[in-house]
Amino acid sequence: MNYRTLLFIPGNNPGMLQSSDILGADGVIIDLEDAVALPEKDAARILVREYLSTFKSKTAKFIRINPLDSPYFYDDLEAIKDLNITGIVLPKAGVESMSKLEEYMNENNLDLDVIPLVETAIGLETALDIVLISDRIIGLFLGAEDLTLDLGAKRTKESKEIEYARSRIIAASKAKGIQAFDTPFTDTDDIEGLKIDTKNAKDLGMTGKTVISPRHVEEINKMFSPTVAEIDYALRVVEGVKAANEKGLGAFSLEGKMIDAPIIKRALNLLRMSGDYKEEYDELLK
Amino acid sequence: MVTKVEIKKMATAGSVESNDILIMISKGEGNIHIELESVVEKQFGEDIKKVIHDTLIEEGVNDVKVIAKDKGALDFTIKARVKACIKRGVES
Repeated sequence: MNYRTLLFIPGNNPGMLQSSDILGADGVIIDLEDAVALPEKDAARILVREYLSTFKSKTAKFIRINPLDSPYFYDDLEAIKDLNITGIVLPKAGVESMSKLEEYMNENNLDLDVIPLVETAIGLETALDIVLISDRIIGLFLGAEDLTLDLGAKRTKESKEIEYARSRIIAASKAKGIQAFDTPFTDTDDIEGLKIDTKNAKDLGMTGKTVISPRHVEEINKMFSPTVAEIDYALRVVEGVKAANEKGLGAFSLEGKMIDAPIIKRALNLLRMSGDYKEEYDELLK
Repeated sequence: MVTKVEIKKMATAGSVESNDILIMISKGEGNIHIELESVVEKQFGEDIKKVIHDTLIEEGVNDVKVIAKDKGALDFTIKARVKACIKRGVES
């Protein structure tokens, strides 16, 4: 599953929880961390358990637990380990916290996806080490608000201060063949700003974006969806590869452009995103 | 067999936000007594009280006074808030 949008839902908010399936996001992240006040951690865990035990969900559900350096890390894991969820978002991810999470999941035979949230300088600089810890990791998520705080950088709408971080997260994710999730755009009213920010992230290589407002979901979904023209071109590339393989050709030209392995991989990735990928395409690059 | 649970102190859970319910519990007088105020009391008052009552019994509580202020909570929220309240009410 390729997630274009992952929408945050506060874990102690019944109204948002019960609406989470109809907000249009590819997945939701039920938040037990920053969105829940310290005295309400216990109530949020119980509410999330009741919600997930009551409703059969159509949308992929992730839970952001509290970080390893908080007193809630293992309490959160104990509370969610038997729930029918898609995965866990690990905040303040680092080599140690990811290793501890992996250890817990192995001990408890948890078959869940993991998305490490990289939001510290040390997490960023060890991003590749983090993703190599577990095959459960399906994507890396850049958290720019806490990261810029850790870096002592000024957070701006232009986001020049996170270009390096975005690229580093993207490189580590692509090295492992997993998704790269961009930081949320925090101005809920500025849709034009959202479009620019999302385009910048996508152009660098981000494959999806986290979202804090339902108002942002539709626009981001649109921007991360391949266009009809892009899908048509990717399908023509695939047909070209099939024909070239039959003739024993390594590279070939399509509409005046040389088609080689990187272009074929890009076309196949796009078809995965659009849902047009077929199993037979696995053989094309062998 | 459910273990009997004794409420030791007054506790609250939930809120008066839309879709939520505020539950307050304290030690009872030998039974379960529920006072409910709800935006949908006429339509669902008895159902809400039943969910509160059944959750208390499931959790082993049968001596408690409950005051509930409901803002249109669904059953999963009512159950969750009652459970959170009991957890807080038995902690010393």
